Amino acid sequence: MSSLASSRASRMVSATWRPFGARLDRSAGAVFILPAVVVILGFSVFPLLASLYVSLSRLKFVAGGVELKFVGFDNYAKLLFGIDRPHLLGVAGPLTAIGIAVLVAIYGLFAYLLFRYARGPNRTIGGLIGRVITTAIAGALVWLTVNTILTSGRPGTLVVTLVYVAVDVSVQYLLGLGLALLVVQHLPGRRFFRVVFLLPMMITPVGVAYLFRMLVDTSKGPLYPLYAHFGLTDVSWVINPWGARLAVMVGDVWQWTPFIFIVLLAAIETLPHELTEAAVVDGATRWQVFWRITFPQILPATTTVVLIRIIEGFKIVDLPNVLTNGGPGTATESLTLHAYTIWRALDIGGSAAVAYILLIVVTFVGVSYVNLFRRRATAAV
Amino acid sequence: MAIMGRRHGSVSVNTVSPPAMVLSYIALLAWTFVVLFPLYWLAITALKTPLEVNDGPFYIPWRDFKPTLDSWHYIFFDLREDTFRPYFNTVVVGLTSTAITVLLGSMAAYGLVRMRYQVGAGAIGSFVVGVAIAVVVVVAGGPWPLGLVAGFGVFVLLLQTVARRLRRGVGNDDIAFWMISQRMLPPVATIIPIYIFFQQLQLLDTWGALIISYTAAHLPIVVWLMRDYFQSVPVELEESAAIDGASPYRVFRSIVLPLAVPGLVATFLFVLVFAWNEYLIALFLTSANAQTLPLTVAAQNATRGPQWWYMSVLILIMIGPVIAMAIALERYIARGLLVGAVKG
Repeated sequence: MSSLASSRASRMVSATWRPFGARLDRSAGAVFILPAVVVILGFSVFPLLASLYVSLSRLKFVAGGVELKFVGFDNYAKLLFGIDRPHLLGVAGPLTAIGIAVLVAIYGLFAYLLFRYARGPNRTIGGLIGRVITTAIAGALVWLTVNTILTSGRPGTLVVTLVYVAVDVSVQYLLGLGLALLVVQHLPGRRFFRVVFLLPMMITPVGVAYLFRMLVDTSKGPLYPLYAHFGLTDVSWVINPWGARLAVMVGDVWQWTPFIFIVLLAAIETLPHELTEAAVVDGATRWQVFWRITFPQILPATTTVVLIRIIEGFKIVDLPNVLTNGGPGTATESLTLHAYTIWRALDIGGSAAVAYILLIVVTFVGVSYVNLFRRRATAAV
Repeated sequence: MAIMGRRHGSVSVNTVSPPAMVLSYIALLAWTFVVLFPLYWLAITALKTPLEVNDGPFYIPWRDFKPTLDSWHYIFFDLREDTFRPYFNTVVVGLTSTAITVLLGSMAAYGLVRMRYQVGAGAIGSFVVGVAIAVVVVVAGGPWPLGLVAGFGVFVLLLQTVARRLRRGVGNDDIAFWMISQRMLPPVATIIPIYIFFQQLQLLDTWGALIISYTAAHLPIVVWLMRDYFQSVPVELEESAAIDGASPYRVFRSIVLPLAVPGLVATFLFVLVFAWNEYLIALFLTSANAQTLPLTVAAQNATRGPQWWYMSVLILIMIGPVIAMAIALERYIARGLLVGAVKG
């Protein structure tokens, strides 16, 4: 009550300001959101349109500057059907038994999920169409992945990027969640661990890349005794495609696990803990407390942090660039590095086309993810 | 695992029994080793001579090799200005852009959580037409300010007339997704337009260009993260404050922000880290004056191969302040802030 009275008093003092204040209060919604919208909009529209135009043209160096020549979808055609196809999409080999089994299992799962949705009580026409499109595109990506990885073929930059994102984000999430749960316990020294676990994220990505290049060096790196023990000193990471990819993924996990760790830690710490206490008093096990109480409450933060990591993960570039230079061949190249290498070769249009293909893939993954998981997760709370 | 806490009566679930404690410590120490070993390697590399780095792994200073401060001397005295200027730039750009980003981002996030927005299809259409007109003017050879004014004029005109008829459109979730989708295009594709953008504003090689870029680039992340933290603030508190006559701004500043401190601190920390470490945008937008430290690190990869020893020193002095800040802020990412507020 006292605050009511005091606010009345302050209103009388500022009587002349009242019309303006009232208007300001009424338009609070706009005041809150507009600055951010204007900044993002002002900064995004021009680059988005300009790089779209560049992706549809060929850039030539002429006397005194550059010249953009509009070429339509040539850059995309070159990547998807022309000479750059093996680079982007990879080379498919003949399907093996394992490949067929994996395909059948995944397509069966897709079909089952679609069927369940179509028969379920919540279906809508829009939802059904969206899911059919999602399934079709996801099916195509799975087809591409299986045909290039589980065969004698080799994956292109698109599939390599998908593998990076899938592996990195899952491992980072599991590690980050586990660590967050460990340090919310009342253990002596937990503040030390909290700060230490953040350290990898603080190093500039280029620095992390060089650091890992030191670590994976088989002759003068710190892991030399390990390599010597397995007789690997003459082997370079640059020779084995999966070894090189593994090194890239380890580096990415090392660097970005802290991100998921700190977001989930803050989410858990923000939770009101009456619920957990009540559950403990009632005799719930730790597993039950986590699975039934903590986890559902941090689900929104979980889906957010995973979405951000997926989006950022698709843009991985420094690690493969510095660690392996994309090699052996193009085995560790991500889509962004692909765009970067042809950018360095001054094929600016082709580079923008790769970037737009990346944008389309990320948008597809992001939209599907938000529609399938996040809406549900946030609705549940 | 055993049931915890029961024995202690009213104590929370986070009190740990001895066996669980041992397991926890094993896991924590294992990850600590994984985190610290590369950093230890960095630290001793900074104390080695080039010869010692190239001759094979030496682990322990004084036993395996004689530590030297040669690299530190080079960075601080030989490079001097070329270290300190980027350092100062990094501090200014990092802190300023982070402060602005967290402020604007939290405001937008709060709006998206507690208010309802409805952007009509007409408004979006007007905007697209406005942009199209600006593009046509510029492509036809007109100066860009003219295009901007023409586009903006048409946008406002349409907004005031046609847009009012078409009100059905996108809501809060769509706005949020639009924001995060701005991070989907890799910087390598947008960097040339961004370069031209700042060239036209004559802001190349200034703090301003970097601060604006980083603010725009990191806003979506702040919005998304803070949305979740604000969501967990009990809405009853805000409602009772509003009934007491507090304005929305007052509610936001005095109630919501203090209660979301753990999230704010976490968000502040890694937006700072992102801005502190950003490489590609800085590479294109700066040359001598506004250069930041990540460029200095990358520049140590000279024609003779990476100069590991200098790089290590630079990385170490680069993460120093961020670690200090993390230690200072870590205590705020702690439980208990909400409890008093709800009970009181």
